[in-house]
Amino acid sequence: MSGKFDILIVGGGPAGISAALTALNRGKSVGVIANPPSSSKLYLAEEVTNYPGISGSGSEIMEAMHRQLVDSAATIIEGRALSVMPLGSTVGAAVGNDFFEASAVIVATGISRRPICAGESSFLGRGVSYCATCDGMLYRGKTVAVIGEGAEAESDIRFLRDIGCEVLTFSGKGKFDIRGDTRADTLIVNGKEYKTDCIFILKETLSAESLVPGIETERGIIKTTRAGETNIKGVFAAGDCTGAPYQLAKAAGEGNVAALTACEYINSLTKEK
Amino acid sequence: MSVMHLTKDNFDSVTSSGLVIVDFWAEWCGPCRMQGPILDQLEEEIGSKVKVCKLNVDDHPDIAQRFGVFSIPTLIAFRDGKQISKAVGVQSKEQLIAMLG
Repeated sequence: MSGKFDILIVGGGPAGISAALTALNRGKSVGVIANPPSSSKLYLAEEVTNYPGISGSGSEIMEAMHRQLVDSAATIIEGRALSVMPLGSTVGAAVGNDFFEASAVIVATGISRRPICAGESSFLGRGVSYCATCDGMLYRGKTVAVIGEGAEAESDIRFLRDIGCEVLTFSGKGKFDIRGDTRADTLIVNGKEYKTDCIFILKETLSAESLVPGIETERGIIKTTRAGETNIKGVFAAGDCTGAPYQLAKAAGEGNVAALTACEYINSLTKEK
Repeated sequence: MSVMHLTKDNFDSVTSSGLVIVDFWAEWCGPCRMQGPILDQLEEEIGSKVKVCKLNVDDHPDIAQRFGVFSIPTLIAFRDGKQISKAVGVQSKEQLIAMLG
């Protein structure tokens, strides 16, 4: 799958869905890169009591929002976004082994994830990878470790086994330490050592800095203007990834604002031409 | 000129002189497909001064191994055959220009 949209939204939580619906209302074509609704933080909320007009459990509200997205004209892209980068007049996004392009991208990836392993960032690209479908082939016939959970991780584990890797699997829980000299060769899990040729860390969401190289952040939080603009032209952000308060109403509101700003930005591009 | 596809037969001769940037890539990799158009733009802008090249790691795993490519895309810049910089993951045009010094 590949394609071109006016607006590509990374994240299918409240901010991403609100942004998608707003952009569709403004006549834009919209792609949404989304994990299943159950992976949204909202899903775990027992009761939402401060959203105007609706109340219920987090899972009920999240499912209703997701249905609204499914019923809309937006294209839902299932999978993990790996990289977002300006390509001159458009912004590109890599999702698994697919590639999409849009005039504007809205990052709505939810609460920021810090590295989960000691040594993860320093060994990235040297025996640590975030993308099994990208780098798996380089390790055919070798031993690799996968740290991760969820449907995406399962399908990646299958993929690695199919291409002939010996795969050690670990859930995201536990204490992980990555060791090596010029490259990672040992994974320590709760004190036990495993020798591996590559460690795949498959998180549902990458940190903002890993996802969008060069994006301005402060302690993992994306810096935005009130209009949802980031420091990168054509890249906007909304919801929990832009910081506290981590509230449904704030996320939905920011998604709406970022989409309107992105629409204006796209209209100004068309005028320039 | 356009982006040059390297093979085991011309890798050393092409990289041995002048400024060269090589994108180690493969078809199955989404981020590599994003790197492609960026390389095309780079070639258009500075192709007269720099050889902009790609190497398919699936076809030439031995060369990838020789340069310690463990993750793709990996970009390596050479001056007169000597490696001057290396970067892992998709690189913007500006980052690529910076890699060439």
